[in-house]
Amino acid sequence: MASMVSVQGLSKIYDDGFKALDSVDLEIEEGEVLALLGPNGAGKTTLISAICGIATATSGTVTVGGHDNVRDFRAARSMIGLVPQELTIENFETVFNTVRFTRGLFGKPRDDAYLEKLLRQLTLWDKKDNRLLTLSGGMKRRVMIAKALSHEPRVLFLDEPTAGVDVELRKEMWDVMRDLKGSGVTIILTTHYIEEAEAMADRVAVINKGEILLVQDKAELMKQMGKKTLTVDLDAPVDSLPDSLAQRGVELGADRKSLIYTYDTAARKTGITDLLADIRKAGLHLTDVHTKQSSLEDIFVGLVTEDAA
Amino acid sequence: MNFQAIRAIYIFEMNRTFRTIWQSIVSPVVSTSLYFVVFGAAIGSRIQEVEGVSYGAFIVPGLMMLTVLMQSVSNAGFGIFFPKFTGTIYEILSAPISVLEIIIGYVGAAATKALMIGLIILGTATFFVDLEIQHPFWMIGFLVITCFSFAMLGFILGIWANNFEQLQLVPMLLITPLVFLGGSFYSVSMLPEAWQKVAMFNPVLYLISGFRWAFFGMADVPVGWSLAAIGVFCAICVVAIWTIFRTGWRLRA
Repeated sequence: MASMVSVQGLSKIYDDGFKALDSVDLEIEEGEVLALLGPNGAGKTTLISAICGIATATSGTVTVGGHDNVRDFRAARSMIGLVPQELTIENFETVFNTVRFTRGLFGKPRDDAYLEKLLRQLTLWDKKDNRLLTLSGGMKRRVMIAKALSHEPRVLFLDEPTAGVDVELRKEMWDVMRDLKGSGVTIILTTHYIEEAEAMADRVAVINKGEILLVQDKAELMKQMGKKTLTVDLDAPVDSLPDSLAQRGVELGADRKSLIYTYDTAARKTGITDLLADIRKAGLHLTDVHTKQSSLEDIFVGLVTEDAA
Repeated sequence: MNFQAIRAIYIFEMNRTFRTIWQSIVSPVVSTSLYFVVFGAAIGSRIQEVEGVSYGAFIVPGLMMLTVLMQSVSNAGFGIFFPKFTGTIYEILSAPISVLEIIIGYVGAAATKALMIGLIILGTATFFVDLEIQHPFWMIGFLVITCFSFAMLGFILGIWANNFEQLQLVPMLLITPLVFLGGSFYSVSMLPEAWQKVAMFNPVLYLISGFRWAFFGMADVPVGWSLAAIGVFCAICVVAIWTIFRTGWRLRA
């Protein structure tokens, strides 16, 4: 697959000397959903701003669809739609006018039929003549997505699209994103909700202190770093762990009534069969068994704390 | 050239004007009428005429300039300040548009509104005094270039301002005194000689003088100077705006 967005050696140092981006390299492929994860102040928004032309990079280059975002800014920017983190809208305008305005701003001729389709898809059509200040927060968020899509961009940046949005609406947003992905739009998503990245992303990039720590296929990342824990509940507390089990790396739970075994799902032999046999040999009776797969969140927290150390 | 963008900005800004149409039209009509009552009737009964023009008619160009300057500056200032204030400026900054297109859109809309109001004042004035415009072409020319230049000044102020107070400070503390002292309501020749010299440093004097020449064929300074003054002012504003966008001053991080 070809690179849709190519970021090379991008650095951003603010006037006060703060280094928000430190020589970032990132290739975003056409049609993928890339989740950009990172703690607050990691440089997610700065990276998006530098790609979209809102912030000027100190050094490095960005191309969008092969167009340099400085020298050939018209071609580059017309391919991009941006939904910023803050709800920034013209409160006194109507939904339809504000969406039409954005389309014009991006140099596209009027196409009210397309805008109607877009607003219907985002369930905003009923509200098209409402002033923005009369809309709920979730609707305003959808208006911002409609604005970003009004000029039929090939790349969509969603900066924390579901921040402060209720569960139902978040699911709705995800459906919208899936539809967009289906239509071939490349999506770059920054988020705090790891669950969101897990649900939506093809690949995950982790950024911390202005540096990209990792870019990887989500499924691979989870498989590679994904650990699973097996918890065995016992019918009675035990004083100490039998040697045979301790040798296998089993730990005793805090309540002394459970055994915890961490294993690698990717390994050829997980050792579960032998473990269960040993438990029986040790004369322990189990009441329940459950396993837990580590989430992207665990991986993310692990990476960021490792980076801090 | 991204004409769609210019159109979009222009329409968007004009919509803002038409949303507050009554305020936009009624207030200049009322204030102009008040000026006529106070200056035209009260003072006009003492000063019969200035250089052969009745005092009531004499103040019309100055009155128009007073409002047009204020309107151009505040419309354009507000037009760009508001998106900066609410954050919607991100759209302008990330759109495939050049500085020139942004200026034409915002400044064009602000200038259009100021021009409309100027013409409304002119219309209102005809209810109070008899007017004969000697050089209508030049009158419109002066009016249009003034609207554009001062809308550019307002645009710069809007970018510079960090809050609403700053946005209003410059028109109030700078433009109003310059217009009042620039001969809106009197001929500079009526001032003591020393003050006449001081008045020559007031750029707005050249504007009003040239504008008055277009009406009555008489002026405080040669009309060529007036043209040169507005030309230079216009050029300074263009360079300033171009520099602002090139460097991203107060706009781009």
